[in-house]
Amino acid sequence: MIDVLVIGGGNAALCAALMAREAGASVMLLEAAPREWRGGNSSHTRNLRCMHDAPQDVLVDAYPEEEYWQDLLKVTGGLTDEKLARLAIRASSTCRDWMRSHGVHFQPPLSGALHVARTNAFFMGGGKALVNAYFRSAEKLGVQIRYNSPVDAIELDGDRFVAARIGAERIEARACVLAAGGFESNREWLREAWGRNERGEWPADNFLIRGTRFNMGVLLKFMIEAGADAIGDPSQSHCVAIDARAPLYDGGICTRIDCVSLGVVLNANAERFYDEGEDFWPKRYAIWGRLVAQQPQQIGYSIIDAKAVGRFMPPVFPGVRADTLPELARKLGLDEATFMRTIGDYNAACRVGKFDHTVLDDCHTEGVTPAKTHWARPIDTAPFFGYALRPGITFTYLGLKVDEHAAVHFGGKPSRNLFVAGEMMAGNVLGKGYTAGVGMAIGTAFGRIAGTEAAKAAAKAASVGAAASREKEYATS
Amino acid sequence: MQHLEALTREAAALATGALPLTADEGEVARTLQICNACRYCEGFCAVFPAMTRRLEFNKADIHYLANLCHNCGACYHACQYAPPHEFAVNIPQAMAKVRVQTYGDYAFPVALGGLYRRAGLTMALALAGGLALFLVMVLAMRGTLLHEPLAGNFYAIFPHNLLAAMFGVVFVFAMVALGIGVTRFWRRVSPGVRSGETRGAAVGGAAHDALRLKYLDGGHGQGCNNDDDAFTLLRRRFHHFTFYGFMLCFAATVVATLYHYLLDLHAPYPVLSLPVILGSAGGVGLLIGPAGLLWLNLKRDARTMDASQKPMDRGFIALLFLTSASGLALLAGRDTGAMAALLAVHLGIVMALFLTLPYGKFAHGIYRSAALLKYHIEKRRPSELALGSD
Repeated sequence: MIDVLVIGGGNAALCAALMAREAGASVMLLEAAPREWRGGNSSHTRNLRCMHDAPQDVLVDAYPEEEYWQDLLKVTGGLTDEKLARLAIRASSTCRDWMRSHGVHFQPPLSGALHVARTNAFFMGGGKALVNAYFRSAEKLGVQIRYNSPVDAIELDGDRFVAARIGAERIEARACVLAAGGFESNREWLREAWGRNERGEWPADNFLIRGTRFNMGVLLKFMIEAGADAIGDPSQSHCVAIDARAPLYDGGICTRIDCVSLGVVLNANAERFYDEGEDFWPKRYAIWGRLVAQQPQQIGYSIIDAKAVGRFMPPVFPGVRADTLPELARKLGLDEATFMRTIGDYNAACRVGKFDHTVLDDCHTEGVTPAKTHWARPIDTAPFFGYALRPGITFTYLGLKVDEHAAVHFGGKPSRNLFVAGEMMAGNVLGKGYTAGVGMAIGTAFGRIAGTEAAKAAAKAASVGAAASREKEYATS
Repeated sequence: MQHLEALTREAAALATGALPLTADEGEVARTLQICNACRYCEGFCAVFPAMTRRLEFNKADIHYLANLCHNCGACYHACQYAPPHEFAVNIPQAMAKVRVQTYGDYAFPVALGGLYRRAGLTMALALAGGLALFLVMVLAMRGTLLHEPLAGNFYAIFPHNLLAAMFGVVFVFAMVALGIGVTRFWRRVSPGVRSGETRGAAVGGAAHDALRLKYLDGGHGQGCNNDDDAFTLLRRRFHHFTFYGFMLCFAATVVATLYHYLLDLHAPYPVLSLPVILGSAGGVGLLIGPAGLLWLNLKRDARTMDASQKPMDRGFIALLFLTSASGLALLAGRDTGAMAALLAVHLGIVMALFLTLPYGKFAHGIYRSAALLKYHIEKRRPSELALGSD
């Protein structure tokens, strides 16, 4: 029998498999995806938020535990567990040497991401390079890896893991780590979770999935129905405004639209609906997914003029371009009269001071609702560009409740041999909101804990099993 | 939809006087647009930092970046948008396709630019011609291939001045052709001159990167990709054997020429003389290097390569190996009756190598060095973009 079965193939699963194998356990890892799509959402990540008390190779200055914790407290609005959060935070300060030993390389922040130079260590080549390195290391260490192996059910004996099922196949193990992701790829479930709005629309039908198509939440649903303790709100998800032309799945980082704060955003009625200049875009992009989701038809249009070109990260698709504003309205399929009135009102309300998109400048509007509080300049210089925006789901927060040993709980009691890591439990620490690199920090910390604990549980089960069979031998001899 | 966008882009480009892109160039422009919105690969090499200084990619940018790419493969394996993703980003292959196109575009004379695309045939004809030429010359001048031992005196077979003239003319032509080609390339991609800007540091930086093959180190020092997503330093090392082996052989020839004309010392040189030591050391390097590169090339992940360039890559590697092998065989057999035959074979191979220098894989070193120079000039200038998120 295998000691530790790891279900999933992303960062948390790989961390668990590597730790369990290093602890001497025999390990099998089941990845639902084929090899070319392995790694789940981890393939789209790029950095790890790291606590550090002094400059550390690629990290500048310091990012102490307390500051990290306060940041987390702020973004989650208190929907977090301090003990587990601090565990993940502290782990982030020491895990990188271990990551390096398995082939992960770090680099200073990418251009366009200097605002996280102090807090985040970037993976050279991004998350897929990290996933590749972990898979290579796992193979080298003798972890059995199976692709195209979506587990659809778990066999439990009370709170004890017995076996995993892939269709008719049954795989027994002494201990198991669940790290199979959230349910963000499951459009039916998203539809149900988001429900129907007052306009009779099903908003989630217009969502795009920024990551993998394989996170269907099958195991999450199975475990919750089997009585495992859950945590988090199914309608909560990390949701950002992305290019409406992005693919349905796996659009990843490049589908972001970074020009929102330099112009205005209109809805399908050609009206503004939120302060585009509230704060720097990296601090605001995550609220715009939900804002767009609340608009009719779940669509928004970021409108800029020539003055903004070259001042934001280049988008993956060229914008819709027009030499006049009415032409842009027509090309975007918006009502021309309303569009012109909205832009006209906004332009007239602009109080332009000293424009500087690198600081919270004094360009603002007066007498228009909603106001634009920074970077407000009239949209008046051709050519004009429009980018359609859709809500893009990165991951969901609904998960299984855990303790500091990453054990799955049933009725408040921890299982002895079933553990969970990654998106399937990130909601314990991150009940809502997000801050760059924290998902990987949680996944790495709890993946490693789950792997270690699973190896321990397996060793215990093996010795108990051996003792039991010895007793049986005595009894029969 | 994509087709329509491409057409629109082309029309817009024509309207502004920009040069229309070929299909291969268009693919580079398309994928770089995706890369520029992602940027995860910035740490691997020079291509991505150079990319981030731009918002759009015109013909000159594409030619420059294609030649800056060392085809290490790192970005392909790390790419979240690589096939089977619908974005189908494959920078190493897209760049390789444009690279060979640029060699042809800038070739001198223009009519011979097409030889790059028929490098296998070109190489075969050059080799057959070279071998035939020298074997026939031996027969015509000596009447026999095998002879009494001549104590290694090559000039008893072919007069020194005849060889010097033949190889001198071909070599000078090769250098002129490549020089004109790279000058045309530089005119297209030139970063221009700015007042107060000195080039010394940029030249030094480019030389450093070229001579150390910096961009085959993966950005982390563990090397580039070959068979799969694992890193290896073998390609860099075998390339060093090849390049420095070639340079040592070249140095041997230069020293021998100086001996001949300045010191009036004539071949054959003793085994412990400078030309023979340089040539032997270089020859060994030029055996190990190309053999290793060929082995790696055969095992290389085909997805990161332009399959149509295999004849050019492998032909050049084989020719280098044969040059060295035949040279060392000549050194070993120069005191025997087979010297004339060995000499004819070696000279035939070297002639084929020289003839094809401006129309084969050798060009990559010249164009790559020029691209590295541009990179070093450009990176010392402040970026013209202010993208805000910084």
